Amino acid sequence: ENADPQRTAFLLRKQWTLYSVTPLYRFSNAHLRDYARLLSSFIAAEKQKGLAVEVGVELDIKVSVSSLPYLKGSDQDQAAILVQLSSRSPASPKNSEEKLIWSGWFCCVSGDDLSKNVPEDFTCLPLFLVNGAECYTSIVGSWFQKTFDCSFRRLAISPLILSWMAAMWTGCKVDKTASAMELVFSVPCLPQPLDISYAIHPEDAKALWDTVQKTPGEIIQEEVDVFMDCLYSHFHRHFRIHLSATKLVKVSTAIASAHCDGIIKFLQSQYLTGVLMLLTELAISQIE
Amino acid sequence: HLATSLPLPPERDHLRPRIDLVAFMIDIKSKYSLKNVEASLAYVDDSFFLGKVCFLVTGVGRVNYCSIEMNAIRNLGEVYCSPVLFCELEVEGSQVATAQRLLRMLEICAGHVPGVSALSFSSLMRNCADD
Repeated sequence: ENADPQRTAFLLRKQWTLYSVTPLYRFSNAHLRDYARLLSSFIAAEKQKGLAVEVGVELDIKVSVSSLPYLKGSDQDQAAILVQLSSRSPASPKNSEEKLIWSGWFCCVSGDDLSKNVPEDFTCLPLFLVNGAECYTSIVGSWFQKTFDCSFRRLAISPLILSWMAAMWTGCKVDKTASAMELVFSVPCLPQPLDISYAIHPEDAKALWDTVQKTPGEIIQEEVDVFMDCLYSHFHRHFRIHLSATKLVKVSTAIASAHCDGIIKFLQSQYLTGVLMLLTELAISQIE
Repeated sequence: HLATSLPLPPERDHLRPRIDLVAFMIDIKSKYSLKNVEASLAYVDDSFFLGKVCFLVTGVGRVNYCSIEMNAIRNLGEVYCSPVLFCELEVEGSQVATAQRLLRMLEICAGHVPGVSALSFSSLMRNCADD
């Protein structure tokens, strides 16, 4: 079940913007090469119209669409689909290296809740992750929307879910020295925006979580509440500020970091599928 | 009368008129507001929970700012046998509608509506709980 670390290394330590995607109509794994060709022509056409891309640079864009069969939770899940845009400046020699300029991948990890309720012709890949310029994202997005009658929506992450992530990821075992757990809060109702960053030593955080969690492998809302309340009281004791009255906007741990605007960074390949499972669930609840 | 928490300062007790309705406000964006309300509930006399208490939950328009779990709020309403009103006070239309609802509830609690007493609110709550 755990994806091979070498094959997933390219997904780590990159900032991915999250979207939820409704099921794709008449999508087929057998036609990936065709899709790449069609998308490539679409991008070229958009460029002609003057709609595409970054100003001043004339780029030759190559599209590749491939399948990542190892990125799934159960056999019912669709294999993940990776779309990559690379560029080669026409000025450089033919066999010079292509530069990866944009990546986007669709995936579904343990998305049985959605896939079992969907008719035959539809493919469920509810989570879409993007790294790269917004202009390419909107072109690729429009092509998929037009071709497979699906729709994309930015996936936001509420403070409630971020607290769950903080608790879940703190409990994960990491071999090397883990980085500090960091929570960032945004203070509301001030004339000038103020962010509070609260860094906790990873061992202290884990020790706290271990005293709170009753059943290993199982987490309930009360445990997450107690964990966060302890962190808040500790902060209040020192700084007389009630963090519970602010908005939790970002959580960073050794496993991954997540921002409320729907931005994620994977840091450990060992836990990649676990995090994707949670994100898939979020995407599905946003679709329904 | 507005207060940020209970108990109310004792110095002004003798000047205060009779209290007919207590509306506890919870902001879905602030966990602190829920904790504050939970702590303040302890200072309310039992007789108020026969229809003279309600919970006003604001901020429900924006799910992505949610810092409080819905179950926690539902539980509060059930445990204290009091209605929970959801609103979005930052939106003018909702402000007005909510104010009208509260005013209507207050009229009933103050005994200004013949034939209907505050007790009807709590019996409504109990019926829902039994279902």
